[in-house]
Amino acid sequence: MANAVSIKVLGTGCPNCRKVEAIAREAVAELGVDATVEKVTDIRAIMGYGIMSTPGLVVEGKVVSAGRIPSKAEVTSWITTALSAKQG
Amino acid sequence: MERTVLASRRPAALLASLAAAALAWLAAYIALPDLADYLTYGLLGLDRASHLGSSVGFFLYDVPKILLLLTAIVFAVGIVRSFFTPERTRRALGGKREGVGNVLAAMLGIVTPFCSCSAVPLFLGFVESGVPLGVTFSFLIAAPMINEVAVVLLFGMFGWRVAALYIGTGLLIAILAGFVIGRLHLERWVADWVYQIRMGQASLEETRLDWEGRVRYALQAVRDIVGRVWPYVVVGIAVGALIHGYVPEDFMAGIMGRSAWWSVPVAVVLGIPMYSNAAGVIPVVQALMEKGASLGTVLAFMMSVIALSLPEMIILRRVLKWQLIATFIGVVGSGIVLVGYLFNAVI
Repeated sequence: MANAVSIKVLGTGCPNCRKVEAIAREAVAELGVDATVEKVTDIRAIMGYGIMSTPGLVVEGKVVSAGRIPSKAEVTSWITTALSAKQG
Repeated sequence: MERTVLASRRPAALLASLAAAALAWLAAYIALPDLADYLTYGLLGLDRASHLGSSVGFFLYDVPKILLLLTAIVFAVGIVRSFFTPERTRRALGGKREGVGNVLAAMLGIVTPFCSCSAVPLFLGFVESGVPLGVTFSFLIAAPMINEVAVVLLFGMFGWRVAALYIGTGLLIAILAGFVIGRLHLERWVADWVYQIRMGQASLEETRLDWEGRVRYALQAVRDIVGRVWPYVVVGIAVGALIHGYVPEDFMAGIMGRSAWWSVPVAVVLGIPMYSNAAGVIPVVQALMEKGASLGTVLAFMMSVIALSLPEMIILRRVLKWQLIATFIGVVGSGIVLVGYLFNAVI
């Protein structure tokens, strides 16, 4: 699991945040990649990423989306990009 | 900050489908009164003069009408909102002095996408950027209160004048209340940790949405909002329809009519602990008005229900001490009472 892509869903628990988490998990499952999906609900931790509107999505430490529900296609492309960056 | 432009496919096809949708919408909207008429009195054979006929006719006309209006406006507002982000708003407001800042914040509150779950990160972000407390409050008052659902429903039920007045007075309350709160210098009632927190540097690439992205965002907003709100609209209109058909005229005049001077403050106080989205409240409001309740009182009630929402207070409790929340409720509540009296006097 050392090379797993780290994905974090930032949100305080509203329905939109849960949707983003579901989309992230689906994308990971479909890609079949090694990835961890973690939900961050602590407000101070969320603030640490510098976003102001939840839900937020962080892939490999980089904030890729904030304040909206990204499409599965977008999430898939972010994961793939992060994966090739790791391996390349 | 890098900018990624999402590739656009066939903009002409997009425009064509939007145009087709708009035409279909217009056709449905125009045909609606006759259709409702036919369904109630023709198909179901109800008597025009009867209570039941009156109620059903009201219901069958208003439900599709409101849903159509909602869909159109939520979509349009969604497109407008796709141009604004809280981050941009924060940058626009950072360092602005009060007065100007309050006005700008209230106006931005209308167009910036805002969900009450984001209230806390947003509050923190604003404070961190040096946005004055009062200006932040102007934003936090305007955003939930002047929502497109409320405006659409008011327009659909009372006409554009009332809808415009709602927006105008809502802005006024947001600006003045925020200004007053700012002038009171209540920073000591903000939770201590807020001023100590260090917000991380946003590494977010600002994706500039192309038109297809904006349409998708707006459609998502329609699915989200109309999908969530339509049961309330149906129930609200059903209740309204019953009142319309069965409650005698002027029944409410004594209780909520303008002659009872205490009706405005009482309506506002009643609205504070209640929380409902605009969709649920407005159809009931309309029916009450038909029965003699005065516009000022019911609008005050409605604003109180929407703007002073218990769930949002609970969320904000994390960053604000209760004294500030109480002050907030007091100042905004008073503003709403004044607006209620104003409406009663003028209309």
